[in-house]
Parts: sequence; structure tokens; C-alpha cells
Amino acid sequence: MTIRRLFVANRGEIAVRIIRAAKSLGIETVQAYSEADRDMLAVKLADEAVSVGRPAARHSYLDAAGLVAAARKTGCDAVHPGYGFLAENAEFADMVESFGMVFVGPKADTIRRMGDKAAAREAAIAAGVPVVPGSKGRVADVDAALAAAETIGYPVMIKAAAGGGGRGIRIAETPDDLRRLAPQAQSEAQAAFRDGGLYLERVIENARHIEVQILGDGSRAIHCFERECSLQRRRQKVWEEAPAACLDEATRQRLCASAVALTESVGYRGAGTLEYLYDEPSGAFFFIEMNTRIQVEHPVTEMITGIDLVAAMIRIAGGEPLPVTQDQVTRTGHAIEVRINAEDPAAGFLPCPGTVEYLSVPTDPAIRFDGMIYEGYTVPPFYDSLLGKLIVHGATRGEAIDRMAAALEGFTLTGLKTTVPLHKALAADPQVRAGKAHTRFLEGWLAGNPAFNPPKAAQ
Amino acid sequence: MPEIRSPLPGSFYRRPAPGQPPFKEVGDKVEPGDVIGLVEVMKSFNEIRADVAGTILSFAVEDEEPVMAGAVLVELEG
Repeated sequence: MTIRRLFVANRGEIAVRIIRAAKSLGIETVQAYSEADRDMLAVKLADEAVSVGRPAARHSYLDAAGLVAAARKTGCDAVHPGYGFLAENAEFADMVESFGMVFVGPKADTIRRMGDKAAAREAAIAAGVPVVPGSKGRVADVDAALAAAETIGYPVMIKAAAGGGGRGIRIAETPDDLRRLAPQAQSEAQAAFRDGGLYLERVIENARHIEVQILGDGSRAIHCFERECSLQRRRQKVWEEAPAACLDEATRQRLCASAVALTESVGYRGAGTLEYLYDEPSGAFFFIEMNTRIQVEHPVTEMITGIDLVAAMIRIAGGEPLPVTQDQVTRTGHAIEVRINAEDPAAGFLPCPGTVEYLSVPTDPAIRFDGMIYEGYTVPPFYDSLLGKLIVHGATRGEAIDRMAAALEGFTLTGLKTTVPLHKALAADPQVRAGKAHTRFLEGWLAGNPAFNPPKAAQ
Repeated sequence: MPEIRSPLPGSFYRRPAPGQPPFKEVGDKVEPGDVIGLVEVMKSFNEIRADVAGTILSFAVEDEEPVMAGAVLVELEG
């Protein structure tokens, strides 16, 4: 079927992004909004907007039945879930399709399978994709975890099978640690995901976080190369770029080919991302998990490939085959994205909701801003702190970093504290410029940098 | 009347987690430093502590309801 009217079941910058992609395809849009989001940019841009409930997300953006009812009432034939909220919720996908609407994403069974991290590992092994040495599926109890850890070798990471966002993760250096920490991880997983299932993986020290962007149409799949997302704070990405400077061409080809093999083996439909750890000294890469949705950092891939990933996922959901073949996917230059959050990096990243007084974004074909803000807009305190993403493109990585530094100088936002000062400091940092950042780099860097590590009393 | 105010805008929670008992009930005595609730702002949870002693007369904000920075959360009897 061809999609005519798309329901946007999300908010913020990704809702704006989806509306723009839909418009480019001639599709009408209906924007869902909570009562706290009546003034958001996506409501202004959509053809129609509909209230879906109270500010707390569980009464609006997480209310699957309410969203589906609103989509039906407004005559939509498809639902885009964005990222976060219900984007990887198989029951929501099932509910959307049970009413004859298209879910813009993979089939519910695929979400279910890849959303269970232990099952996703098994799928990867079956497709011949290397995984971090770890337990065979879930571990039944602490004794089984101890036995598995003996084979894997310490330190081990205890992870929630249903996990995400860094929750339910513990690192055990010894069997005693494991005995003590496994029950904690289990309680946290149970509370966060209503599933206390755990599995174990060996800790890869100082790994890089590399991920491959894929598109599938249910039978065939292609990759759109990789991104590097090693600069993270509390397992949340801060700065993302493409391509990954640490990879040689042969490794890149093997990495991306492995992602395509796994994607095709699960009959994946839509845009998705396979996350890997890359051990630079040995040149080995290991699959860790798949995200069955569009990701925050998709624009860096769009900047180097010229492919509109959000439009592609909507077209695929509408029944079209993949818009391009693998040999038509080429990359040019280097792109970097930074997340501009309403947080004060000089005060322990304290969230800072408030009103945007003045906003000026540099305009240049090599600079893109995917945002949700405008002058006079009051950022509500109920959702995450992402205000927008600044993305730049350059011929080389060095040129892209210079352009990012200049773009940040030209970016002015008053009324709120933002993470712009952090990004300016990162763009000027010799280690970042040399491409030396691994996944534990940023927290150590912040701890040693007085500008971002004030005395406790000042926080 | 002594009061406890929210230093932050967000959502006020009277319980440490869903399904758990509230931190404090009406009629409970509080001492400075006691946690009386949480305010969630942009997915970060902040403990709200009493800065004065007293007995809780009433909660000015319902559990899970939005609050503005500076809003009264609890009224006390000194």
C-alpha cells in the first residue's frame, strides 16, 4: 500500500524530522502531542495535531491504546514511532497493524526477537557474526552465571536481557563481585524492563563503539556504512561521527558485510542499527545489539551518503523495495553530530528546562541543524533534554572538526544552559582531534577537567 | 506556616518507585534532611529534602503531578 496520512507518535526533534520527510514524499501528517507540548514545533508544522493526554509520558506518548485510537480517529493509515517511547515496543507495533495501519518499522516479531539481547546474540551467532565472548543465552541463576564466567574469563559485564540505555549493567572483576552484583542487576532489570533475565559478556577494555546503519525491505538489505559513537557519558552518546577513523577499509568492509548478513537473516524491514564494540589493538569487532528503529545520530550517515533514511523507511513501510542497491551507496567526506541538550555541563549536567530567548543557527550547506526549538518556546521539564543536533560535513575529519568548532561559535542560544560549551572544548581537544577517544574516554576527561568538574559544593 | 518548596520544575513523586509506599504521609514528623519526595526533571530524579522540622499537614501537589520551580510541595505544622 502507499501511505497517504502518517501519524507521528513521538515529539521533539524527531517528530519535526519525520514531518519534513513525509512532506517531501507528499504524505499528510498528524502530530500527537501531550498537554505539555501544545506549543512544540512539530505541532505547528504538521497538517493536523491531536492531544493524546497529560504531560507524564505514560499518560500520553507511552499510552499505546490512546495513540492508536488517536491515529484511527484522525484517519491515518500509518504510524511512525520515532525513537524512544514505543519505537521498540512489539505490542504497540502489533496493535497498530491489528487495526489495518502500517507500523513504520520492522515487524513486531523482529522487534521482539532483536529486543531480547540474549536472543539477538543467538541470531548473530547463527548468521556468522562475531559476538563478545559470553554466556550462551540467559543465565538461569547466580550459580549458572558463576559457571559461565569461569569459561568467559573476568572481568565480565552482567547485562539485562531486555536492557537498553545503560540500565541493568554491572561489571564484576571477581566471582565474589558476581555473587554480589548479579542480584542487583536482576532487580534493576526487573524494575526497569519487567524482565529480570540476565546474560554475561566479557568486558572489552577501552573499546570503541561502532555501529552500522542498515536498511532492509524484508528480504534484501543494504548497509549505509558505519558511525563511531565512542564519546559517551553515562552510556549516553554525546558526539557521533562517520566514518569511523579507526577502521581500515578491509575491516570496514567485513564489519558492514556482517551487519547485512544478520539483517537479511532476520528478514528485517525498515531502518535499523547494529552496534559493535571494536578492539583497536587486535582489530577484532564484536556485535553487541541491534536497535530496531531510526536513531538520534542518523544524520551523520545522511550527510556522508546523501540518502534520506527517514524517507526511505517510510517508503519501505509503504511497500516499496529498497530505494538503492549496495553499489549505489557511496560515501563522501566526514560528518560529525553533537547533541545540544538543555543541561549545564559546568554543574554536573543539571537539566535546565526554560524559555528560548534568542536563537541563531549558522546557515551553510555544510551545516545542518535538526531541532525542536524556536525563539519564545518554553522547553518543558517532562521529557529528555535534547534540544537539537548540530551536524557538519567536511572533506576530511580534520576539516569537519574545524567546521564544527566554527559552527558552535556561530550558534547562539540564550535563556537556557546548554551543552554547547562541552562540545566547544571537545572540538578543541588534541586527543579528540587525534581520534583517540574510546568508550571510557569522556568520563575520565570530564573528571580531569576543572571547567566540567566543579567542587561538590558548587553543584 | 513552614513549607517545603520544589527547587526544580518537573513531576513530583511521593514514592521511591511505583508500587512502593510513600516517603511520608500526612501526620508524619519530618526533620531537616528527610526525603519527602522526588522531582523528575528531564528524566533525572532529584530527591527533595525537608529544610525545616515539623509535622506534615498536607501535600500541596498530588503524586505524579507537574510542579513549577518554587511551588509549595508540603505544608508543615512547626
